[in-house]
Amino acid sequence: MPRVVVDVMLKPEILDPQGQAVANALPRLGVSDVASVRIGKRIEIEFVGGGEGESAGLHLDSAREIVDKLLVNPVIEEYTIRVEK
Amino acid sequence: MTTRIGVVTFPGSLDDGDAARAARRAGAEPVPLWHAERKLHGVDAVVLPGGFSYGDYLRCGAIARFAPVMEVVSLAAQDGMPVLGICNGFQILCEAHLLPGALTRNSHLHFRCRDQLLRIESATTAWTNDLTVGQEILVPVKNGEGRYVADRRTLDELEAQGRVVARYIRGNPNGSQRDIAAISNEAGNVVGVMPHPEHAVEELTGPSTDGLSFFTSLLKYLTGAPA
Repeated sequence: MPRVVVDVMLKPEILDPQGQAVANALPRLGVSDVASVRIGKRIEIEFVGGGEGESAGLHLDSAREIVDKLLVNPVIEEYTIRVEK
Repeated sequence: MTTRIGVVTFPGSLDDGDAARAARRAGAEPVPLWHAERKLHGVDAVVLPGGFSYGDYLRCGAIARFAPVMEVVSLAAQDGMPVLGICNGFQILCEAHLLPGALTRNSHLHFRCRDQLLRIESATTAWTNDLTVGQEILVPVKNGEGRYVADRRTLDELEAQGRVVARYIRGNPNGSQRDIAAISNEAGNVVGVMPHPEHAVEELTGPSTDGLSFFTSLLKYLTGAPA
């Protein structure tokens, strides 16, 4: 089944308190050389039908529409998208 | 004729009951609106209440924005119908692009629930014309993702156009940029507020009755009485 993978991250200028909380916990693990942690999410979208050639492109277009309309808020987030073989 | 205020219930809404009650106490007739219906039942205004619509999955308000009722609410809002989004409702209005910016995780990561002082910054919107600029009101705030963010240009534009409706004073509960607690659209009919005016409408249950003014403002706005 063709799968499109989307990685979503908060924009660099948007504060990521979750990442900061994790970074602040690292010294408790004895790790002291981490400058920063930022947390995003990975979304996998599976399509029905073939994933070769032209249809892969269609799936990608369709996935982009899903991403732009729903999965990502461009005010605070950015993303990368790819078809996984 | 009694003003009819629609109160939307999404799966996961919590404060629809209080919003309806606030509408009633202000002298309006609350009308329940169901998220799955593309119908406004002839209401004069709409409240999107607080809660955790669709479990706050993906991002707060992101899925609610595509609820069938939101299609008609968005169209009506663009036509000038007064819409008030409270807490989760504010998040939905931002996700629906009816208001700019976004609400993100509180900077300290804690859910904040307390009584909060606000300073009213705009008394020209449909929902605040019964208040005065500079007036301080006390209403509950309760959110985990209430930190208002927008790019600098948007923030400057909001300030310049008088669209910052209320600011947090004596402590910012969530790290909102420029202490923003409430904003409006350009026309002033759509307002998003993070704290909860609907929880401050009577002495017995609220820290004040200041929140009632949001609802009496609407009545004043709709009856055309001079603000």
